[in-house]
Amino acid sequence: MTMTMAPGTTAGQSAPTPQTNKQSRAKRSPLASLGLHATLIGASLIAVFPIAWVVLSSFKPKQWVQSSELSLVKEPTLGNYEYVLFETNFPTWMLNSVIIALCTMVIGILMSATTGYALSRFNFPGRRKLMMVFLVTQMFPVAILIVPIYQIMATLGLINTHASLVIAYLTIAVPFCSWMLKGYFDSIPTSLDEAASIDGCGPFQTFWRVIMPLARPGIAVTAFYTFLTAWGEVAYASAFIQTDDRFTLAYGMQQFVPQFNAQWEYLTAAAVLVTVPAGLVFLYAQRHLVSGLTAGGTKG
Amino acid sequence: MSTDTATPARTSPPPRETRRPGRLRRSWDKHWYAWVMVAPVVLVLGVLIFYPLGRGILLSFTNLTEANQLAEICSKSITGSEVCKPNPNAWEIVGVDNYVNLLTGKVGEFWRQFGVTLIWTVTCVVFHYGLGLGLAVLLNRPMRGRGLYRMLLILPWAVPAFVSAFAWRFMFNEQFGLINSLFESVGLDRVEWFADWKTALLTAIIANIWLGVPFMMVTLLGGMQTIPGEQYEAAEIDGATPWQRFVNITLPGLRSVSMTVLLLGFIWTFNMFPIIFLVTGGEPAGQTEILVTGAFRSAFEGIRNYSLSSTYGVLILSILLVFSVFYRRALRKQGEVW
Repeated sequence: MTMTMAPGTTAGQSAPTPQTNKQSRAKRSPLASLGLHATLIGASLIAVFPIAWVVLSSFKPKQWVQSSELSLVKEPTLGNYEYVLFETNFPTWMLNSVIIALCTMVIGILMSATTGYALSRFNFPGRRKLMMVFLVTQMFPVAILIVPIYQIMATLGLINTHASLVIAYLTIAVPFCSWMLKGYFDSIPTSLDEAASIDGCGPFQTFWRVIMPLARPGIAVTAFYTFLTAWGEVAYASAFIQTDDRFTLAYGMQQFVPQFNAQWEYLTAAAVLVTVPAGLVFLYAQRHLVSGLTAGGTKG
Repeated sequence: MSTDTATPARTSPPPRETRRPGRLRRSWDKHWYAWVMVAPVVLVLGVLIFYPLGRGILLSFTNLTEANQLAEICSKSITGSEVCKPNPNAWEIVGVDNYVNLLTGKVGEFWRQFGVTLIWTVTCVVFHYGLGLGLAVLLNRPMRGRGLYRMLLILPWAVPAFVSAFAWRFMFNEQFGLINSLFESVGLDRVEWFADWKTALLTAIIANIWLGVPFMMVTLLGGMQTIPGEQYEAAEIDGATPWQRFVNITLPGLRSVSMTVLLLGFIWTFNMFPIIFLVTGGEPAGQTEILVTGAFRSAFEGIRNYSLSSTYGVLILSILLVFSVFYRRALRKQGEVW
């Protein structure tokens, strides 16, 4: 339905450069312009509203959170945050999540960086097969790996430890990072490799000295995205972790809203605390993220 | 994009100790560094993914549950020493019984969950793609406030999925949720969202659409910016209407990106665990479970039925594999090299 807006406009579909800017805006009729902005404002409101509502609710005391009366702000208080931060295990869960996500991120990136590079640069036998394997691992339902991994962890005595979650998350992170990093390495001109090899660098030196420094933004984004995936994972965390002091956020926060007597006021406060730092960095990183993802995807 | 230009080698097997030194030897000399570079990942894939995968497939042919997993039953005698007897009810290999039971509906509700999964996946992907494309088209032009719109529209992606799930469950709360309050204030009846599977599934779908559109939008926007502007100019000179330009230039230009994100979107949504798990939790009475959450519940709730959950897993994986094989074949027929 939003697409019906398109006919109202002319020109300037391409090249959003400053030069064409003025010209095409002049060409658009006022009505079309109004429709365009109205649609975008509407969509933006829908996108932002649930987040804003949670933020607003987190400042309300319990009786107003759990009331059917509509109000944006009522008796604003920081009580919910105080409770979540000082009276619950929330800080511990946060720490657990940070540790697990960091470990997953570092190990995942370290292992996949060279693979991404090899996939991007060398046409070695097995390359296409490996790319296929990465695609296929995207299809693995959590259902098929979770039980065997659970049993292996139980055999190794790792249930209810951070290590078990890091290992489980690596099954997601390693293929994903390799895939993403290949996309970033693809966008670095190969002439640089050639120049380095003329200067006498072997493939490993080229990778380490020339390509890695150039790929730093891409690596940062991949790292961050891996971090977020581990940060928000629910299924493994719900299955592997059993005691309160080892919970991750994704599982711990479920404790605020049991079937009966849910404490939504604390949940909303916790949600804000979880989202704000992650969201800020994400918004910074997303521009690079997408180019890498689609590049990796289309150049299989 | 690969620098290595003259490498015809495709079919040569991995470099084992070679009996025919000629070709393999040359292949190893030429590619050893590439193989060394991918070795850690291949190792991890083998140990962490394919070994458990193999175990999972084997498990699906047994009747292993939490209750019968011990091979021996040990009990303490009065003197404190342990006496162990073989477990008479220990798990055993049962062939394809699990598959038969699951597919004929004797155990669990496979077909119901399969139906729900299909509704869920198709609806979500259609809306993700449609809305994402629409918004990308709107954003792909110079205008005031473009950067701001883009940032606001991306926000749902920045929120961790489990947080979004909680936020929507909160808004759909039957007693004090925002949606019901809004309904009431405009004179509509409040809806008991989680009393009926259709409305319950609707809440989960809405939540998932909300959080999935930004990814499609940004990806398609990226794709649109690679379409050369001259094509639009030429079309304009030929008198093409905006709609014709959209159909004949934008859509074909987005083909390869679209095909990738549609396949990924389908797979990811099919396996989307947290939204169903946290928004509806299967309410009412497990009727909104999709296959993945159904498998999880059979494995980790009640008496843990590990073998049944593995059977689910194998079936889900098979469905997705078959789907993507057909998908790729359909693309190939239309001349897509991917």
